[in-house]
Amino acid sequence: MSKVKTKKTVKPNFVSTTNACKLCTPLGASLAFRGIEGAIPFLHGSQGCATYMRRYIISHFREPVDIASSALGEKNAIYGGGPNLKKGMLNVMKKYEPAVIGVATTCLTETIGDDVPMNLKEFKSEFGDLDLPDLVEVSTPSYSGTHIDGWHGAVRSVMEQLCVSKAEDTGRVNILPNMVSCEDVRHLHDICRDFDIEGTILPDISETLDGPALEDYVKIPSGGTPVSEIKEMSGARGTIEFGRCLPPQTGGTSLEKTFGVKNHRIGLPIGLRESDRFFETMEDISGNPMPKRYELERGRLIDAYVDGHKYVFGKRAVVYGEEDLVTGLCAFLSEIGVDVVLAGSGARKRGMEDAIAAVTDGVARMAPEVREGVDFYDISEEAESLRPDLLIGHSKGYRYAKAWNIPLIRVGFPIHDRFGGQRVLHLGYKGALNLFDTIVNAVIEKKQADSSIGYGYI
Amino acid sequence: MSKTTILEERKDQIHRSGEGAIDIACNRESLAGAVSQRACVFCGSRVVLYPISDALHLVHGPIGCAVYTLDIRGALSSGPELHRLSFSTDLQETDVIFGGEKKLEAALDELIDRHSPKAAFVYSTCIVGIIGDDLEAVCRKMTEKKGIPVLPVMSEGFKGSKRAGYLAACKAMFRLIGTLPTEGISPLSINIFGDFNIAGEIWIIREYFEKMGVQVVANVTGDGRVADIGKCHGAALNLVQCSGATLDLAKMMEEEYGIPYERVSYLGIEDMADSLYKVADFFSDIDPGIVERTQKLVKEELEVLMPELARYRKDLEGKKVAMYVGGSFKAFSLVKAFRHLGMECVMVGSQTGTAEDYAELEQITDPGTVIIDDANPLELSHFIKEKDVDVFVGGVKERPIAFKLGVGFCDHNHERKEALEGFVGMLNFAREIHSSAMSPVWQFVPRRANRIAAEKKEAVNE
Repeated sequence: MSKVKTKKTVKPNFVSTTNACKLCTPLGASLAFRGIEGAIPFLHGSQGCATYMRRYIISHFREPVDIASSALGEKNAIYGGGPNLKKGMLNVMKKYEPAVIGVATTCLTETIGDDVPMNLKEFKSEFGDLDLPDLVEVSTPSYSGTHIDGWHGAVRSVMEQLCVSKAEDTGRVNILPNMVSCEDVRHLHDICRDFDIEGTILPDISETLDGPALEDYVKIPSGGTPVSEIKEMSGARGTIEFGRCLPPQTGGTSLEKTFGVKNHRIGLPIGLRESDRFFETMEDISGNPMPKRYELERGRLIDAYVDGHKYVFGKRAVVYGEEDLVTGLCAFLSEIGVDVVLAGSGARKRGMEDAIAAVTDGVARMAPEVREGVDFYDISEEAESLRPDLLIGHSKGYRYAKAWNIPLIRVGFPIHDRFGGQRVLHLGYKGALNLFDTIVNAVIEKKQADSSIGYGYI
Repeated sequence: MSKTTILEERKDQIHRSGEGAIDIACNRESLAGAVSQRACVFCGSRVVLYPISDALHLVHGPIGCAVYTLDIRGALSSGPELHRLSFSTDLQETDVIFGGEKKLEAALDELIDRHSPKAAFVYSTCIVGIIGDDLEAVCRKMTEKKGIPVLPVMSEGFKGSKRAGYLAACKAMFRLIGTLPTEGISPLSINIFGDFNIAGEIWIIREYFEKMGVQVVANVTGDGRVADIGKCHGAALNLVQCSGATLDLAKMMEEEYGIPYERVSYLGIEDMADSLYKVADFFSDIDPGIVERTQKLVKEELEVLMPELARYRKDLEGKKVAMYVGGSFKAFSLVKAFRHLGMECVMVGSQTGTAEDYAELEQITDPGTVIIDDANPLELSHFIKEKDVDVFVGGVKERPIAFKLGVGFCDHNHERKEALEGFVGMLNFAREIHSSAMSPVWQFVPRRANRIAAEKKEAVNE
C-alpha cells in the first residue's frame, strides 16, 4: 500500500481550554523522579501543587506518593523562595533520608525568578558538613509544555547532573522508556535479561509505583534506577530512547554528545512493526539474536491478528493522549485494520503528524486527522462528525465515550475509573497482544450489548 | 517513636488526649519539606464553589490547577452539570510575559456564549497573583458585556491555606446574595450551607426538612444554583455544616441581613437528630407543631436504622479506628458515629482545625487518643502502626497509606460516591466500615500474617 498523506490541520483551536488532554509539567518531573532509587520528588512552589499532583497520581497507581514541597507562602513569593527551599530540603533529609532529591520548579517559582541551580549550589556549600543526598534540579514552568516535557526534562537533568564522567565499558544497554506503565518497565527488564544484557532503565517506576504490601510504611519505596548505575550510563554499549516526538535534546542525545554513547531513537514499541524495530535494536546492541520466547510471542501476536481481524477491520477510532503514546497506538491500530480518524494530543509542535505518517506507512488505509494542542472540547467537536466506533486513551475520555455509546479502551495515564492502570502492558509483542485482545473483546461486548438477542457464541 | 518521624517544628501540632492541657498549634503555614496532606488557597475556593452547577468555573492560570480538579468530585446536580467541566485559560509563556487579561477576556467571551451560564466564577491562581492581572477589572467588564455576574475569586494558591480559599469563595458568593427578590419565601425557611451534595446527600437532608414543613431556599453549595443564592437572604435561618467552609458567608449574612445561623452536622445519629431539633426549636414559636413532627420523623427513621446497625455492631465491637479529615467539625460527628458501632477512636487529625475544634476533640475522645494538626504520611503511618488501627477514615491521599500498611479504609471526602449523611447515610456508613474492617484480605497482609505466624510459632514452642 502506498504512503497516505496525513490531512492538514485546518481548524484553529479555541481560546479557552475545556477538559484538557494534558497535565502540567511538574507532574511529569515528579513521576520521573519517582523512578530513581532512593529519590524523593520535591516541588518548589506552593503546597497545593504537590498535593494536587499526589492525589492525581495516587488515583492511578494506588500507591503512596510522597512529594515534598517548599510550601511557599505570600512572603516567600515576594522575597524569594530560596530559604524555604533549603529548609524544606533539610526537613526532607531528616525525615526521608533520601539518596536523591529531585527538585522541580513550578509556575510560581519560575515567575518570581528563583534561581534553583544557585540555591542548590549554596545549599551544598552551606551544609557541606552533612551527608548530603545527590541533588537534581529541573526547570518545569507549567505554562510551557505538558507533563511529558516535565518527564523528559527530568530524565535529561538526571542524566546530565548525575552521570558526569566517562565510565569504563559496562557492556550495558541504557533504555529511556518514555512515560510507560509499571508493567511495561517490568517487561523491558525481562527482555534485557532474556537478551543476556544488563539494562539500565531510566526511570524505573516498576517497583516504586507498584510495590508489594508491606509490614511497615517505607519512607521511600525500594526499586528505581540505582544512582550508581546512572553514574555509569556513560559506559554503556548504547542507549535506546523511545519516542518519535521527543524534543531535540534529551537524556539520550546528551549522553551521546558528551560521552559518545550511541543513541538509538525509536518509537514506543507498540504493535508489531514498532516492536520489531525495538527487538532489532536490542539484537544490534546486545549482539545476541532475538530469544526464542519472543519469536513465539511474535508468532502468537500475528496468529491473534489473523484470528481477530474481522472483528476490528474498518472500525473507526479516535485516539488521544501523550504524543508518543498516540503515535505508537496509531502504528498498532493501522496494522490491525482499524482506521484512526482522529489522533489528538494536548501537546503542541511535536511533529506528531510526520511521526504518525511514518509509523502507519504501508498499512494504513486512510490518514487520520492529526491534531496537536487539543482539549476534549476540540476532540468532541470533531469526533461527532467522524462517527468513531472506539475511543482509545486515558480515563478522562469516559464522558465522551458514554455520550457516544462507544467503548473506551483505557491506555496510558491516568486510568482513574478502572483498576490496574499501572499493570496495563502496552509494549512489545506481548503488549500488542494485550491491547489486541482488549480491543477485540470490547468490540464483541458492544455487539452483544447492542443486540436484542445477545449471542453467547460470537 | 523514631526520632526522625516527627520534626521538632511539628511537635506542638500533636497532642494526646488526657495528657495535660491541650495547647495545639494550628492554622499555621505548612512546614516546608514536611509533605503536608494539605492543598492550597485555590483548592479551598474550588472545593466550596465547585458544586454550583449552573455557573461557569474558569480557572485563570496554567493548565495544572484546572486539570487536577476535572470532574474528580462526587457532588451531584439535579439539573445542569456545567460544574463537571473544567475550564482554563491554559496560560502560556507569552501570556505570562505580556499578561493574561486579554486571553481571560476572550476565554470568558467564548465560554459564556457557548454555555450560557447563570454566572461565572473566575479563579485566580498563583501565577496570576504574581503577574498581576486585574481580574476585578476584567470581570467587571465582562459582567456588563454579558449581562451575567462574572465574579473574581481571589484564590492565589500561596496566599495562605485552604481556609483562606474558603473565605475567598464566600466573598465571591456574597456578591450574588441580595441580587434577586425574595417574595414568596416561607417564614419557615432555611439555607443549607456547607454541604456539597456528595452522592446526593443534600437530597436526603432536604427531604427531612420538607417533612418538617421547612422550606429550603438555597443549597450553598451542593446542587447549587445561582438564582437560589441570589435570593437566599430571604431565608429565616442559615444552617452551617463543615468546618468553616461557609461559616464566613453565614457571618457576612448575619451582619448584612440579620439572618442568624446554627452550626449543624448531618453525620451520625445524634448530630443528625440534633440538627433537625435545632431547626424545629428555632421555628417552634411560629409553628408549634414542628417539634412533634420532627420527633416523629426521627423516631421513624431510628426504628428502621437501629436494628440494622446492631447487626454491624456485633462484628465491629472493639475495633480501632483512626481518622484524618479536612475540617475537624466532621471529626466530632465521626467520633460519635463510631461509638454507635462499638468502635474506639484512637487518632483524630485534620488539615484545618482551629484551637477550639481541637479543644472540643480533646473533650469527646478517650484518653490517649492522638490529636494531630496538618499531618503528613510518615506521621499518619506512625500512629496507625502505634495504635494498631483496624480502619482508617480519610480522603484519597490517605488511602494508599492505610492500604500499604494493611489497614481498612473508608473514603469520607469529596471524592466518595456513597451517601453517608442522614439516618440512611449512617447505615451506609456502617455498611462501608463493616466491609472495610471485616474483609478476609487482612489476614494476608504482612501486618497480620506475620503476627499470626509469630503467634503460631509461640504456641508450638510452649
